[in-house]
Amino acid sequence: MTDLLHHPLVEFTAEHAPLQFINERGERVENQQNAQFVRYLEHLNVDDLKNFYRDMMVVRRFDIEATALQRQGELALYAPLLGQEAAQVGSGQALAASDMVFPSYREHGVAHTRGMDMAKILQLFRGVDHGGWDSFEHNFHLYTLVIGSHALHAVGYAMGIQQDARMTAQRDAAAQHDAATQHSDAQAGAHFGDADAGEQGTTQPQADASSPDSASAAFRGDTSQDASHTGQAPQEAVMVYFGDGATSQGDVSEALGFAAVNNAPVVFFCQNNQWAISVPNSLQFKAPLYLRGSGFGVPGVRVDGNDVLAVHAATRWALEHARHGNGPVFIEAVTYRMGAHTTSDDPTKYRSREEEAHWRAKDPIDRIRLALEAEGAWSETDDAALSAELEGFGEYLRGYVRSLGAPEKSSMFEHVYATENVLVSEDKAWFAEYEASFVDAQGEAQ
Amino acid sequence: MTATVSDTTAETTQRLPFAKAITEGLRAAMRRDDKVMLMGEDIGKLGGVFRVTEGLQAEFGDHRVVDTPLAESGIVGTAIGLAMRGYSPVLEIQFDGFIFPAYDQITTQLAKMHYRSKGRIKLPIVIRVPFGGGIGAVEHHSESPEALFAHTPGLRVVSPGSAHDAYTMIQEAIASPDPVLFFEPKGRYWEKGPVDLSVGPRVEAGTLNKAAIARAGSDVTMVAYGPTVATALRSAEAAAQEGISIEVVDLRAISPLDTDTIVESVRRTGRCVVVHEAVSYMGPGAEIAARVTERCFYELQAPVLRVGGFHHPYPVAKLEHDYLPSLDRVLDAVDRVMAH
Repeated sequence: MTDLLHHPLVEFTAEHAPLQFINERGERVENQQNAQFVRYLEHLNVDDLKNFYRDMMVVRRFDIEATALQRQGELALYAPLLGQEAAQVGSGQALAASDMVFPSYREHGVAHTRGMDMAKILQLFRGVDHGGWDSFEHNFHLYTLVIGSHALHAVGYAMGIQQDARMTAQRDAAAQHDAATQHSDAQAGAHFGDADAGEQGTTQPQADASSPDSASAAFRGDTSQDASHTGQAPQEAVMVYFGDGATSQGDVSEALGFAAVNNAPVVFFCQNNQWAISVPNSLQFKAPLYLRGSGFGVPGVRVDGNDVLAVHAATRWALEHARHGNGPVFIEAVTYRMGAHTTSDDPTKYRSREEEAHWRAKDPIDRIRLALEAEGAWSETDDAALSAELEGFGEYLRGYVRSLGAPEKSSMFEHVYATENVLVSEDKAWFAEYEASFVDAQGEAQ
Repeated sequence: MTATVSDTTAETTQRLPFAKAITEGLRAAMRRDDKVMLMGEDIGKLGGVFRVTEGLQAEFGDHRVVDTPLAESGIVGTAIGLAMRGYSPVLEIQFDGFIFPAYDQITTQLAKMHYRSKGRIKLPIVIRVPFGGGIGAVEHHSESPEALFAHTPGLRVVSPGSAHDAYTMIQEAIASPDPVLFFEPKGRYWEKGPVDLSVGPRVEAGTLNKAAIARAGSDVTMVAYGPTVATALRSAEAAAQEGISIEVVDLRAISPLDTDTIVESVRRTGRCVVVHEAVSYMGPGAEIAARVTERCFYELQAPVLRVGGFHHPYPVAKLEHDYLPSLDRVLDAVDRVMAH
């Protein structure tokens, strides 16, 4: 594992090919590199693979429906994730329920893996709210449209997890100290010393992170094993999603710096989809992105973002690394934005059909389907059941979106502040009076 | 009504420099709530470049008084994450002119989170900003950017005008569930005033947004906040020698604005002068003049005048006393409104 943590700064070459388990022909790949990650897939059975495929198909159907709804005028805008299903589903499925996700604005697939109803996302694109879901219902924060800003929020949240652990340790230590004082128990003093060491955040033995059992427990969100050791390792982790474009923003670099010096339990998940609207990778950076963290002391790994298993394995490794007190990790998932940046964009103006065809052959869904078929794990019955599910889902989405009316006008004055604010209430009162002036004596709007 | 405390009140009252009044306010808030934490550049071991946080790391530890990397956007951005986790970060931006790397986080993220989350996420963050001039500093160390933040819905913008208000208002800002920009008049940091240390936050009473009549008068209403409150009080003293009675309104907050208190005063005096160090053009005085004109049109004896910064970048230190609203420039404005 160690050699993965310390990459020399090198040119982007085939030698630094991304981590891969299934190639674009749906064939299993075995090599020295992925052998180190095999243990992160050992818990998966055939049904899990079928579920990856199903999830990716559901997410793609969402994308197709949402794009159509925008074309029909039902949505003002939509940001498709076409082509990034493996990167999102593979990583999202690696998270524990208690982990917190800070998405950018294209992480519809991650939302799905968190158990969130993706239809809610379309409220934002229909223009009825700014993404009014509850960030803590599924530990999936609101979308952030200002590129890269949320990387700092994610790191701060991870620092909060650490602060919670410190405060708990301090309270425990104080309680034990009190007990020691009262009972003159010599043992209690030793515990107090342990807790102090825990404050430095460096007591977690490395052995924990390399134990497959503990990895599996972490995947299930079962952190009892961590607690059984010292009780001081952060048991939750944070994952922030952003794209290649965001890596040019200062906030992402600042986030790496703050995360590194605090040893914060946060995973930086970069979906390098090759394009920041019309700006290609070549105009954004010279060194491969997975090396971006190295100058900050943040280890990085490059993964084939169109291979759901590779993404899943790398993300589980990264989360385990973070939640065991070993600090942040940077993942570059190399993928491709097969669609437009948004429904307002026209990629024919800046990229070639040849390039699009090249990546279409690497479709993340095709390869998992081929792998399932090759292993005889996908039947016609499975196909029929999935098709029926997708039809039902499509119908649900269309009905949901069309049922969303405009919010009450007065709602635009709500929640500006958490407390009463005279500037808002003055405007609200004026607007209500203005609106009322259009109503005639019979109470009809004029 | 008045913000000032008589020197002869309770034993809990001490004469403290403005900066130390803030230190004591921070200490009281941190003792009250262990979720309150301070973050900023050089605030721990050094105690801040103005020593406002001096001694606090020794008392509360380096995880509650946190020396951060030198990155203002990072400080505000990570504080947003900490607040989402239930903490109440109080941030120090070392100097007014250095707030701009954090301007994006403050205006696009901090100010809007409560609104866009439909009230589900509260960010009780205080951003302390030593601001204003008069200390002979180099570029970027003497600015008054408060109007830029008052123009952003979702933020509260306040500035104490007395040591006692500094002590109470910092506690009220910390107790506020809304983000607060707390502008500290650094030119007044070492001026002493009486501070009643028995007073805690009075958030329920809404004092954070309630202007104070710092001096009663009948001829001219002079509106000031932060560093110019002292200037206004001195000019009122001088004008009194010439038989002109000036009422000084210490705004405390420029967002939200306590228009009612200003209007009530101007209806009595018929004249209004606004004094601030910020550039006059599109400054807080413009908003105050508009509101006073709208609500006191028939009571006004003279146009509302503003005394503020000129429309050029903050000048070199050798010229700053010609730029800042001086006693003479303020009295000149008083003469002009009295001439009507």
